[in-house]
Amino acid sequence: MEVLSPVTTWHRACRVEDVPADGGACVLIDGRQIAIFNFSRTNEWYATDNQCPHRQQMVLSRGMIGSQGEEPKVACPFHKKTFSLQTGQCLTDEHYQISTFPIQIIDGQVYIEV
Amino acid sequence: MPRQIDEAGSGILQRKLSSLGLQIHLSKSTQCLLGTETIEGMQFADGSVLDVDMLIISAGIRPRDELAKVAGLETHPRGGILVNNCLQTSDTSIFAIGECALVHQMIYGLVAPGYEMADVVASQLVGESKEFKPYDLSTKLKLIGVDVASFGNPFAQEPDCQTIAYENKAKGIYKRINVSSDGKTLLGGILVGEAEQYNMLLQTCKNQTVLPPNPEDLILGSRGGEEAGAGVMSLPDDALICSCEAITKAQLCHEISENGHTSVDALKKSTKACTGCGGCTPMVKDLIQAVQKQQGVYVRNIICEHFDYTRQELLDLIRINKLKTYNSVLDHFGKGHGCETCKPLVASVLASLWNENVLEQGRAVIQDSNDRFLANIQKGGSYSVVPRIPGGEITPDKLIVIGQVAKRYNLYTKITGGQRIDLFGAHVGDLPYIWEELIAAGFESGHAYGKALRTVKSCVGSTWCRFGVQDSVSFAIELEERYKGVRAPHKFKSGVSGCIRECAEAQSKDFGIIATEKGWNLYVGGNGGSKPQHAQLLAADVDKETCIRLIDRFLMFYIKTADPLTRTATWLNKLEGGMSYLKAVVVDDVLGIVADLEAEMQQLIQMYQCEWKEVVENPELRKRFTHFVNAPEQKDPTLEFAPLRTQVQAKEWK
Ligand SMILES: Cc1cc2nc3c(=O)[nH]c(=O)nc-3n(C[C@H](O)[C@H](O)[C@H](O)COP(=O)(O)OP(=O)(O)OC[C@H]3O[C@@H](n4cnc5c(N)ncnc54)[C@H](O)[C@@H]3O)c2cc1C
Ligand code: SF4
Ligand code: FES
Repeated sequence: MEVLSPVTTWHRACRVEDVPADGGACVLIDGRQIAIFNFSRTNEWYATDNQCPHRQQMVLSRGMIGSQGEEPKVACPFHKKTFSLQTGQCLTDEHYQISTFPIQIIDGQVYIEV
Repeated sequence: MPRQIDEAGSGILQRKLSSLGLQIHLSKSTQCLLGTETIEGMQFADGSVLDVDMLIISAGIRPRDELAKVAGLETHPRGGILVNNCLQTSDTSIFAIGECALVHQMIYGLVAPGYEMADVVASQLVGESKEFKPYDLSTKLKLIGVDVASFGNPFAQEPDCQTIAYENKAKGIYKRINVSSDGKTLLGGILVGEAEQYNMLLQTCKNQTVLPPNPEDLILGSRGGEEAGAGVMSLPDDALICSCEAITKAQLCHEISENGHTSVDALKKSTKACTGCGGCTPMVKDLIQAVQKQQGVYVRNIICEHFDYTRQELLDLIRINKLKTYNSVLDHFGKGHGCETCKPLVASVLASLWNENVLEQGRAVIQDSNDRFLANIQKGGSYSVVPRIPGGEITPDKLIVIGQVAKRYNLYTKITGGQRIDLFGAHVGDLPYIWEELIAAGFESGHAYGKALRTVKSCVGSTWCRFGVQDSVSFAIELEERYKGVRAPHKFKSGVSGCIRECAEAQSKDFGIIATEKGWNLYVGGNGGSKPQHAQLLAADVDKETCIRLIDRFLMFYIKTADPLTRTATWLNKLEGGMSYLKAVVVDDVLGIVADLEAEMQQLIQMYQCEWKEVVENPELRKRFTHFVNAPEQKDPTLEFAPLRTQVQAKEWK
């Protein structure tokens, strides 16, 4: 059986300075809310759903970022469920999962593949 | 047994064993065994005879010292080669170790001290000086179902120590502890019939931990009174700790002690506690500590995987090194990227030390969500806004402005428990506009979002009330103006009542004041919330200036020493020495720190700025208040409200 991979495109999301260093921000791309996270200490960027699957709240971009061991993560501001920014897996409750998106920085602009 | 327990202990043990149907014959010297084919009885020196079917011989230790004797070394008449603390025999070039050696007047009939002796001799052979110290023979065992334990020096005698003993013949319990003459440390003890406290006592003894003021509590348990800690361990087993997931204290203790789940994360996975509202997390942390402590594990309450320090240690380091940003703290003392535990903690410490704007210099992203947007996040992701209304006093004009703002931004309004007005349902992007209007009308941030001073509630006092003896409203306003914006390990509240009738409920506050004929009574450490607790009297009939000085010291001492997210009540409960210690520090100045505490508080007060005013006036800070950074004018389309009477409410979440 042939597996159809969904069609994705790269979108220009925002400027680098729109996302606070070591924090997150939310962008609207084709009606979809995406959270972008800027780990300025290591110059690493991540993009995920903005919606927390626990209570369907559009808030993950306002969460605190950090690390658990080597794993970069974000904590939802509501009930502090934390999610791996690499895999989208919830680290505190295995029932939850968020989507992650490829991201890159070119000439001070943030691009996301959605 | 005589090596392990004293006479009183053996008495209890004997009675316990007799009650199991065992007959014990002491001081019997066997003369001969009776019987022809098989054993039938025993005859003793006193002429008595005992019928037996089986004989089990438990032989003591008999050191094999023949070789030493032949070699001319000194031996003890009852066996054993005499050695000194260096394990040298009477011929200093010959050592004796193990079961053949008699050191400290005894033969150690166990393997471990033998190994230690070998180590001592080996060290000396390579030129290090090392002596064999009296070896710890602490043991806990079950003797035919009866707990027996002894630790440290079980036989220490007065005047070298003070002995505290408890004997309950009816229950077959005997406990004895030997406390150093100065009452500070535990030297040893004996437990018969009930040895639950063995581990705790052994650790207390080994670590030379300073004893509580009433050391008998160690074996008897605390029996009330003001020193008694009301910590989480005093709760009954079936107390509901996590009410979201209905997890009891007993369940958590079991996970901690039996399954080794000794971190909040591990307990979240195994029980789901702390995964709901998170309000139980501090109590769960206390439980982990307390249970581990009971098991004799020494626990240091370190912050998280990124900082191997306690809050107090990190606070001192940040202060001494004058660090002002999270990244510099992480660079100096931490590792990794930090997390949702250490970030707000450092944020709070920075605020408590320097009181600079919480959103500047990269500090916004380390704040808990409420502090980051200087408003309280509510269901759906909207925010609520609480302007400060000091002492609950407000003019009609200001009331009108609140009404106008609420109408303009379609906010639900409600009077709070702290005598002010909460405006709910604000979009994040509207916050700076709402505050622009409030500030223009003379309002300031109410810090309802911060771990900071909330309100100083007041009753109307002598200005109107026929019972009032002092002007409670003016004092409340003065206090609220003084401490507004001061951040602490947790939020704190206050109240001032104009007379003993206590209409402002000051005794339920972190610090509360009640007017008297002569001045003011100051109470501290009260709490409403999930575990209400009355505040305790710190000073009586003091004048206003003294009262303020004492509050300065009390708050600053709390800020500097409390664990994260610990209210003053819990802090005071956990404080060793409790209220009398607190009095000694902030009233009698036994530590000689009150001048510093007052100066540090003064510094915080001087640094105060309304942080909302700064945001409204600073375009850089202001632009962070948007939902979509690529479409700042657009509001979150998923944010919906439902009608509620004539106002709105947040849409129920799934
Ligand atoms: C039944 C039993 C159970 C025990 N259970 C425990 C326990 O659970 N835990 C614990 O900590 N301890 C226990 N012990 C005690 C422990 O075994 C001894 O304390 C320990 O083995 C002493 O070690 P050692 O090297 O000093 O002497 P030993 O192990 O007795 O060694 C002495 C050695 O010297 C040899 N020797 C003697 N004379 C001469 C000579 N003239 N020339 C040459 N060699 C000679 C002997 O043959 C022997 O090999 C138990 C003892 C017994 C008997
Ligand atoms: S506490 Fe006393 S002064 Fe205050 S309102 Fe009540 S009765 Fe009046
Ligand atoms: S809504 Fe995110 S953790 Fe509950």
